[in-house]
Amino acid sequence: MTMLYGHGIRIFRRARNARLKPAGDMTIDKPLKQTALHEKHLEHGARMVNFGGWEMPLHYGSQIEEHHRVRRDAGVFDVSHMTIIDITGAGARAYLRHLLAAEIDAMSMPGRALYSCMLNPRGGVIDDVIVYYTGQDRYRVVANAATRDRVFAWTTELARDHSVKPKLLENLAMLAVQGPAARARVVAQLDRDTGPIAERLGYFHVAEIGDTWIARTGYTGEDGFEVLLPAAAAPALWQRLVDAGVAPAGLGARDSLRLEAGLNLYGAEMSEEITPLQCGLAWTISWQPERDFVGRTALTQEHAAGVTRKRVGLVVEGRGVPRAHQRVLFENGEEGEVTSGGFSPTLGAPIALARVPITAGERCEVESRGQRLPARVVRPPFVRNGKACIPIVS
Amino acid sequence: MSTLPADLKYTPSHEWVRLNEDGTVTVGITDHAQKQLGDLVFVEAPPPETQVTAGEACAVVESVKAASDIYAPLSGKIVESNLALVETPEAINKDAFGEGWLFRLAPVDATALETLMDADAYQTHAHDDG
Repeated sequence: MTMLYGHGIRIFRRARNARLKPAGDMTIDKPLKQTALHEKHLEHGARMVNFGGWEMPLHYGSQIEEHHRVRRDAGVFDVSHMTIIDITGAGARAYLRHLLAAEIDAMSMPGRALYSCMLNPRGGVIDDVIVYYTGQDRYRVVANAATRDRVFAWTTELARDHSVKPKLLENLAMLAVQGPAARARVVAQLDRDTGPIAERLGYFHVAEIGDTWIARTGYTGEDGFEVLLPAAAAPALWQRLVDAGVAPAGLGARDSLRLEAGLNLYGAEMSEEITPLQCGLAWTISWQPERDFVGRTALTQEHAAGVTRKRVGLVVEGRGVPRAHQRVLFENGEEGEVTSGGFSPTLGAPIALARVPITAGERCEVESRGQRLPARVVRPPFVRNGKACIPIVS
Repeated sequence: MSTLPADLKYTPSHEWVRLNEDGTVTVGITDHAQKQLGDLVFVEAPPPETQVTAGEACAVVESVKAASDIYAPLSGKIVESNLALVETPEAINKDAFGEGWLFRLAPVDATALETLMDADAYQTHAHDDG
């Protein structure tokens, strides 16, 4: 590969300490956003990559080892690149019932969190989010990093008919501490007053402790906390957790963990052209009679006409890793598409999520690099409680 | 920056080559290459007796990130492939120049080794390549 400097065509950006490697791809030199933990990542040997315009750690040596550490003990992810939007005021609940498709009224008590899709009028997914409610008409929406501009513009536009003003927060950091030992490690860093509050949190509950929110939520299939705190305080907490034995874990492990847990990734399993009914998220939709959320009409029509595609899991029985967009071929001539593929460290086998016809059978082949990889169709998740819950046929 | 063994030869496609006393050469991928690839999960090395041609793909390594072809540095016949990599492909990540060796071949013409890069030339090449 030739580097052309000064021609403004393609410039391979090189960090002063030569640690920045955009995973081999050449990108236009444009400053990437950095989180408050940037220096910590570099100090701990992170291989940094461009993720949605942010410079983020892919791994700190081995993503497979980080994956195992999360399943067996505890890992900490810097997820400060995610989009945080606060929505407060008397009109907030009514607004969210219009903006989001999930059962907002399930958050009647303060301290609840809820997973929801945000839909466009065609029923396609703009983003999947977690909403936190801390009482007194105060809600916080956490959306993906890559969809930041679209999500904020959309939430702002819809807010015009409601008396709320969505506020994008840009001074917070977010750490996801995940694994069987994660909660204990976080609680050990809190003081005598706040420790017990965190310890008592139930699944999908959130506590606001001063300027810090602690939620028992995550994206790995393990127990743990997501901590939202002022950016300036994040490096110290991160370091104390790492010193206490929590493994720094990067985006590579985050992806393999969520895949094993059967969790969708926006941009892979869903997009603005895919409805929740086609990607395994029908369970998140609130069909309450008086709920008028954006996209409801389209979903109702799709449901009445019959949904034609579904999300399945695949366990590959060949020696090859399925990758996104590869064709999935069924005996009856039908075809689907891999939406996410990877190697499952916990199963020791390649796995995938795929979008396939509703009538697809139990066995298929993934077309990969000119070969056919035999695979069987399974129902996600692949891993539960840190262990494989799908038998591996070797 | 990885420490580059000075006694090996290298190819532009990031293979290393060691000349053995018995005239065979052992081939693997460099530490630079394994870092680019990430954690390795599958290795398909050619079985003994396979005839390989210099510059042509003769093996495949697959990492969490992508699959990558391995090119024969010299023409010849495969004598041995590293079967341990079937169970522990991560040996390539941990010890690219040692335990991570891929295969051993008997070259048709050992003098062709001279045309390969030495450590300094490869160092420059890998540095530019990123």
